[in-house]
Amino acid sequence: MSRIAVINLATLGLLIGGALTAHLTGHAFLVTLATKAAIFALAGVGLNFALGYGGLVSFGHAAFFGIGGYVTGILASHAMSGQPLTTLPYTMNGTNEMLAIWPMVLLVSGLAALAIGALSLRTSGVYFIMVTLAFAQMIYWFAVGWPAYGGEDGLSFYVRNAFPGVQTMQPLSWFLICAGLLLMTLGFTAVVMRARFGLALQAARRNTQRTVAVGIRPFGIRLTAFVLSAMITGLAGSLYADLNRFVSPAMLSWYMSGEIMVFVILGGVGRLVGPVAGAMLFVTMEHLLGGISDYWQVLLGLVLLGVVLWSPGGIVGMLSGRGRGHA
Amino acid sequence: MLLFEQLLNGLQYGMTLFLMAAGLTLVFGVMGLINLAHGSLYMIGAFACAVVTKATGNFWLGAAGSLAAAAMAGALIEMLVIRRLYSRDHLDQVLATFALILIFSEGARWLFGSFPLYLTLPPSLAGTVTLPGGLVYPVFRLGVIGLGIAIAAGLFWLMHNTRLGIRIRAGEADREMIGALGVDISILYTLVFALGAALAGLAGALVGAVQSVQVGMGEPVLILAFVVVVIGGIGSIGGALLSALLVGMTDSLGRALLPSLLAQVMPQASANTLGASLAAMSVYILMAAVLVWRPTGLFGARA
Amino acid sequence: MKTLSIMTLAATLAATTALAEPIKIGMITTLSGGGAGLGIDTRDGFDLALKLAGDKAADITVVTEDDQQKPDVAVQLADKMIQSENVDILTGIVWSNLAMAVVPAAVQQGKFYLSTNAAPSALAGPQCNKNYFSVSYQNDNFHEAAGQAATDTGYGKVFIMAPNYPAGQDSLAGFKRFYKGEVVSEVYTQVGQTDYAGEIAQIRDSGADAVFFFLPGGMGISFMKQYAGSGVTTPLIGPAFSFSQDILPAVGDAALGVRNTASWSPDLDNSANKTFVEEFRTAYDRLPSVYAAQGYDTANLILAAAEKADVADQDAFRDALKAAEFDSVRGKFSFGPNHHPIQDLYVREVVKDDEGTLTNHIVGTAMTDRGDAYAEECKM
Repeated sequence: MSRIAVINLATLGLLIGGALTAHLTGHAFLVTLATKAAIFALAGVGLNFALGYGGLVSFGHAAFFGIGGYVTGILASHAMSGQPLTTLPYTMNGTNEMLAIWPMVLLVSGLAALAIGALSLRTSGVYFIMVTLAFAQMIYWFAVGWPAYGGEDGLSFYVRNAFPGVQTMQPLSWFLICAGLLLMTLGFTAVVMRARFGLALQAARRNTQRTVAVGIRPFGIRLTAFVLSAMITGLAGSLYADLNRFVSPAMLSWYMSGEIMVFVILGGVGRLVGPVAGAMLFVTMEHLLGGISDYWQVLLGLVLLGVVLWSPGGIVGMLSGRGRGHA
Repeated sequence: MLLFEQLLNGLQYGMTLFLMAAGLTLVFGVMGLINLAHGSLYMIGAFACAVVTKATGNFWLGAAGSLAAAAMAGALIEMLVIRRLYSRDHLDQVLATFALILIFSEGARWLFGSFPLYLTLPPSLAGTVTLPGGLVYPVFRLGVIGLGIAIAAGLFWLMHNTRLGIRIRAGEADREMIGALGVDISILYTLVFALGAALAGLAGALVGAVQSVQVGMGEPVLILAFVVVVIGGIGSIGGALLSALLVGMTDSLGRALLPSLLAQVMPQASANTLGASLAAMSVYILMAAVLVWRPTGLFGARA
Repeated sequence: MKTLSIMTLAATLAATTALAEPIKIGMITTLSGGGAGLGIDTRDGFDLALKLAGDKAADITVVTEDDQQKPDVAVQLADKMIQSENVDILTGIVWSNLAMAVVPAAVQQGKFYLSTNAAPSALAGPQCNKNYFSVSYQNDNFHEAAGQAATDTGYGKVFIMAPNYPAGQDSLAGFKRFYKGEVVSEVYTQVGQTDYAGEIAQIRDSGADAVFFFLPGGMGISFMKQYAGSGVTTPLIGPAFSFSQDILPAVGDAALGVRNTASWSPDLDNSANKTFVEEFRTAYDRLPSVYAAQGYDTANLILAAAEKADVADQDAFRDALKAAEFDSVRGKFSFGPNHHPIQDLYVREVVKDDEGTLTNHIVGTAMTDRGDAYAEECKM
């Protein structure tokens, strides 16, 4: 087994083993923390898809995280009140079944990414970073000002949505659902990045001109990657909404975009389990240092600065003894 | 009369944004660096102004203090952190400066606490004047407009008529070239960074004086300043000025006019809330529209 | 992230008291960020009541945590308090949006929630719950009182303004419910807005007799300072939130003379209030705000209920809370059918006291025995 495979297994083992141990020793809240880490990791895996493999530095992924959350919240609140979402062109009701919510989340965040990506990918470099940020801000302000679903106050739906045969309010069951989705997405990412599409995407990141020269049009590939990336982050947003039974514009804020980036960078850009390691470190630091000091973000800032300046490959890069990753 | 007052408000807001954006666009253009921590320098200026004004009782000393403190903080982070990032890609720059925001924000919270500080303007600036046409307008806001114009003029003069300005423009055009000509690049970069920081600090002091000085005040302005820089075209001072005024006007007039315009086509109550949300989105819609039309901004170099 | 302060009061005295079950209270409130002043006052008022109760509070433990004014943090803290601290009662949330995120889930899991401040309309109406009590008010109350006061003063035309979020929309609706004159303009500002030049221009242009505004926290301070410097002299009226003791020093003399409405004032004449104001000044060296008063009342309500019933017997404890047999600093106090207060609302004016500190004093009563507009929709 290669060194990187060992690191991958160890990271995932730590997350799942940690949650199981916490459950067996009766620390329900630690299971909830592990769930939070798994969800953040999933959001990071989504961003890594575009940023790590495709070189598309999106500073607006909170848009998709929040859209996933709002789709979940809106469907669940309609299911609770019994009011249909819309009666035109045909009656559409809310639902509290995760298996019905997730496809809707993927669809809506994918469509949003299609529109945002098609416009943003006309630009590159700094302009791409800023225009993705601008689109996220636009959606943020829309959510703040849109009174129907709570505006600035956000939207509560009290009970976690349902999954067939599982009591989702039970912390461990809920963790296993989130961790299962995380593992499936990691598997999907690994397969895609070894397939023709993934190779072309990574080639386009390294050298656009050469990619064009061999007959690949990078725009379509990048747009596809951006949409897939947004769908994964949207799914994470849906889970985060279910974790808290609550969505608010904070999920759409630029700060959230920054945090999702932090998960990816702390762990290691372009590394399969990088975002998992990054999210685990983030949640652990927040929990442990938050208890010691209210000012734990200073320490987070210092750690982040250290990683960027001296260990650009993040945790996984450091452990594997190589610099920035390439799958 | 109301419209004229709103235009003045837009102009004043635009000038404040210009002070922020000028430094950002210079640093973008000359060093190729995205600096998210520019908002922290704005905050440092505001806190410095509050502290010095409180200690000396003199707002003018406070404003001078904001320039000095922000310039010093700027030079310091340039030498300790930023200069390691010039050769890195934008991703590293975004993250490292995001880390600086966390450090500065929490640091300021630690020093000054969470509660906002408030400044009191000296009597000479606190009053109102009656403009030709009978409009009563606060002296301070007029002063901000005047100061903005003066600083814009000063920056144009600096860029076009001084040795420093010529070097800066040469640096934008070709980074290696000016090094080869024997200009000490690292000093030039520190100077440019400190200049941008000082302008941001001054903007912080001006805004802090009429609003409030608090942790986290820099970030909303930072994002708007980025919008300004990107609309204007990276590296262009003239573009930043034009786009700052455009953004300031869009925001002020949008907030003032959208609700009543919408009320023509829908009930007043929904027009009020929808108008308020559309006005909040308007600046970003403007930016997206400009970039789709011209992917490098109004005055940006053609890619 | 968290300030963990577990306060076990006089555990050694526990043997002398007759209480059967100890009570564990989880306080989630805002102790950092721009809204920290409100949360700190809530906590200090609450703690003061327990301290003054002496060994009656011996079996009460309070776990206090900081929600940073973020709803998702508040939800996670509530999960933690319910899952791992096993608290009996939750309390302390300042903001309506955080309350909406925490309260329904908490009461569904069989915990009591006693609100020290936020009381959104949804929780008073269709989503009311037998385990949820608002000790403070219903959110609309202070705005309704301001509307009544504006009518009583004889203002014919009023300019009204609030942030564009649900509490802001409720605020203007509450004002209009009791204001009989003409609303010349209704303006929604951005949440967190700091520059009000545009709105001030509209006020100048409106020709209104008075301006009603609801701008909580820093928004109100910025507005007041800019308004004072604008040369516009239209009188202001508002709910107490922008003139509460925690922010008056920041607003400065610009606030002098402004009328505002509340259920409490430091000069309210009853013996419980005299003790409270005096002890609060001694303990914390500042004047209490309305948030501190509400926190203090909440703790005293819990103490009174604990004397009569065991928290483990939920039905008995709920009845004891509902009876509200405690000495409120607001004087008269009882609960309506939806567990929201029925109380008097006063008009206060900002003045300087003998030591030159800005504070409020009562100049009139706007409403007596006011309940709320949503009680009928509550099916408990």
